[in-house]
Amino acid sequence: MKALEKIIHSLDPKFEKGGKWEKMYPLYETLSTFLFTPKHVTKKGAHIRDGVDLKRTMFMVVLALIPCLLFGIYNTGHWHYEIQSYVNPEFEGYRDYLTGFGDKVIYGLLKVLPLVIVSYAAGLAVEFIFGFIKGHGLHEGFLVSGMLIPLTMPADVPLWMVAIATVFAVVIGKEVFGGTGMNILNVALTARAFLYFAYPTAMSGDKVWKSGTDDMLVQAGNVMPDGASGATALGDLASFVGDSPVVAGQVMSKTDDLVGAFERAYDPIHAFIGMIPGSVGETSTIAAMLGGAILIFTGVASWRIIVSFFAGGLLFGLLMNGVSANAYMDVPGYYHLIIGGFAFGAIFMATDPVTAAQTGWGKVWYGLLGGALTVMIRVLNPAYPEGIMLAILFMNVMAPLIDHYVVQMNIKRRQKRFKTA
Amino acid sequence: MSKTVKLRKGLDIKLVGEADKVKVDAPLPASVALKPTDFHGLVPKMVVKQGDKVKIGSAIFYDKYNESIKFVSPVSGIIDEVVRGAKRKILEVRITPDGSEEAIKHEAKDPTSLSKEEVKLAMLENGLWPFLKQRPLDIIADPNADPKAIFISAFDTHPLAPDYDFIVHGQDQFFQNGLNALAKLTSGKVHLTLNGNVSADATFQNAKNVQINKVSGKHPAGNVGTQIHFIDPIDKGQFVFTVNPQDVVAIGKFFADGQYDPKRIVALTGSEAKNRKYYKTIIGASVSGIVNDNLESDNVRIISGNALTGDKIDRNSYLGFYDAQITVLPEGDQYKFFLTKGWLGPGFDKYSSHMLFPTWLMKNKKYRLDTNMNGEERGFVVTGEMEKVMPLDVLPMQLIKAAMTKDIDAMELLGIYEVAPEDFALCEYVCTSKIDIQEIIREGLDLIKEECM
Repeated sequence: MKALEKIIHSLDPKFEKGGKWEKMYPLYETLSTFLFTPKHVTKKGAHIRDGVDLKRTMFMVVLALIPCLLFGIYNTGHWHYEIQSYVNPEFEGYRDYLTGFGDKVIYGLLKVLPLVIVSYAAGLAVEFIFGFIKGHGLHEGFLVSGMLIPLTMPADVPLWMVAIATVFAVVIGKEVFGGTGMNILNVALTARAFLYFAYPTAMSGDKVWKSGTDDMLVQAGNVMPDGASGATALGDLASFVGDSPVVAGQVMSKTDDLVGAFERAYDPIHAFIGMIPGSVGETSTIAAMLGGAILIFTGVASWRIIVSFFAGGLLFGLLMNGVSANAYMDVPGYYHLIIGGFAFGAIFMATDPVTAAQTGWGKVWYGLLGGALTVMIRVLNPAYPEGIMLAILFMNVMAPLIDHYVVQMNIKRRQKRFKTA
Repeated sequence: MSKTVKLRKGLDIKLVGEADKVKVDAPLPASVALKPTDFHGLVPKMVVKQGDKVKIGSAIFYDKYNESIKFVSPVSGIIDEVVRGAKRKILEVRITPDGSEEAIKHEAKDPTSLSKEEVKLAMLENGLWPFLKQRPLDIIADPNADPKAIFISAFDTHPLAPDYDFIVHGQDQFFQNGLNALAKLTSGKVHLTLNGNVSADATFQNAKNVQINKVSGKHPAGNVGTQIHFIDPIDKGQFVFTVNPQDVVAIGKFFADGQYDPKRIVALTGSEAKNRKYYKTIIGASVSGIVNDNLESDNVRIISGNALTGDKIDRNSYLGFYDAQITVLPEGDQYKFFLTKGWLGPGFDKYSSHMLFPTWLMKNKKYRLDTNMNGEERGFVVTGEMEKVMPLDVLPMQLIKAAMTKDIDAMELLGIYEVAPEDFALCEYVCTSKIDIQEIIREGLDLIKEECM
């Protein structure tokens, strides 16, 4: 390593001010500080510093996302072959979860890796452009956003859309505010919301969740074959409040036992493991919880937010069970925690420390309200089958207000000490 | 009415290199200096000039904005040099000792028989007043302020901190005399706060004319700021004075003997120091006599004070006015390969409050930490880390941001009057974004001093 260190730092003068490649300094700084923690020593204040830095912190989040990524790759492949099996009988055996494991992984890799690569390439390009303008190397925030963005997308979303969404999110969502640490909205969710509203057909409906649904429909003559369904569990649930409820492709009548049919179609254990269609990385509650365990143990994510977010969602789900005004409200409250992107959002998105509430009690309220709002949007506003994205973005905006009240409490408590004394 | 406080938050940074409990005489320093920079915000007016002969207790300079506060020579000798920096700011007044210990003599007096004004005048005239610091602002106490209390912390919880029980042992009489003098200065109480985790020295245990409190827990339990916050908090417009225990002894000796006592026991600590002991020297002594033959290597950081709040000095430089400790740490100016000792390494060599490092596995390990930043400066990203090491009911992140944005109203409401930069040293230590927080707090306090005091 000494040799590598010598080679790299022999280049130092060329990249410093006045050097030949001065303009490329941000790129050089990023690479050299990645390989070697710089030799900066303390100048002011404390002479010794904690070992932790933002690189290690952000790396841990990327690491925690790996279970979701791996499961997402497999799940993408699985649902591709599942939907294909309705026109290609040779894949009928693939409807079983473990049959064709290798094929599914290969298909998933071919679908998901390009999303990841495009997201990182587009985002890092923008980050570096801003780095060149401001003269600093890469700040690590995007390393996490770059992984989150593909995991929140349906697998079939066109790559150019991912690219422009990422560019939009990094520029408008983050850099205009001053870069990492200064943004108001979660960057990955900004990217998703941009696509959701700009290209709704690529982000919602019942043709995007299983990769290759469009090809299958062409082969089937533009009619969904019997027994096939392209909807998510949340899409089915949203149909319960309409006139023609659907469960897993089966058109039902309002008088049927919708809740029972739903529970048979989406077994809670399957949903918990993640064997349901959805965006790439969001489906597996257990994979998200594995990542969550890493983040809570290492203290990178706030356990207050995660726990209260789940609590808020569950409580509102139970409240809906109590109100019981339609079939959707009768679906057991805990279902909300294991379908859609609830767990993924609660663990990886809501906990983004920059956009979440920053005070201890603020985090609790932020999580509770965010969880409740997610379920509220899902159940009470069927225009949006999934509520997690909007709920977290809304709470991002509300977080400073929540913190404001917590800070006021602190100020009042502090002043009270002098009145009683 | 004694108070007992238990802290749940805080952080003890365990370093290699405590001083052995042995007191030895340091050689007579070849040079001694009084550094106006030890007193934040002080603008000195010189009384002497180069070549003048001074005795122990002779005034060297006074405070331009508070002419009654005099700073006196700790030795008898010749003014060697007045070192100036940018804009002719006086950095050091160097004195070459003549070895004679000639001192300015006064009549010994029992402080209990003196009035408040007499005690104050004696302290101001004879260089004892600068021992008193005030909250708010953490600067030399304002002689015109009426402090509602005086706080003395009988223990220090900083990394490798000197043990005041050991230092003041046997000085009971002088310590008590000093307390009696201090008691005259306030209409309120003098608070002596002991470490609740251990049994204090008899000097502290038997102190009279004070309220004895106990604080237990991790650092910053020993910070006066912590103790003031929990025992007798200050509101806007109120003042508290603070003094170090060794300086209480010095004040006591002055009244008992009638002459300024510059003696100071200093602990030599840190992983890169040899012969780590308690050295008997004097205020402002050149550290060369203590450290020069006692360094493990050349590439070291010498700190007057402790590793969290001390000042960087070089080996021929001088001991700070308030410091009872010299810390020698390895300089961290090496590149660290990311997988071995760098940002993604296993991290057994790093002491971290974060669970991202295996520190928590090794509860009793002592660390040899260097001065590397361990990362680069970033915007604030991580939240909640500072709150874990901040026992005061102060929102650290919000107060720091208020100070950064120069929002005076917010700073006042969030508790700027109660804090000193040292109270934020741990926040600075744990900060993932490597922000120099103590400096930000100091700038905030400067702004408050300018606009509100």
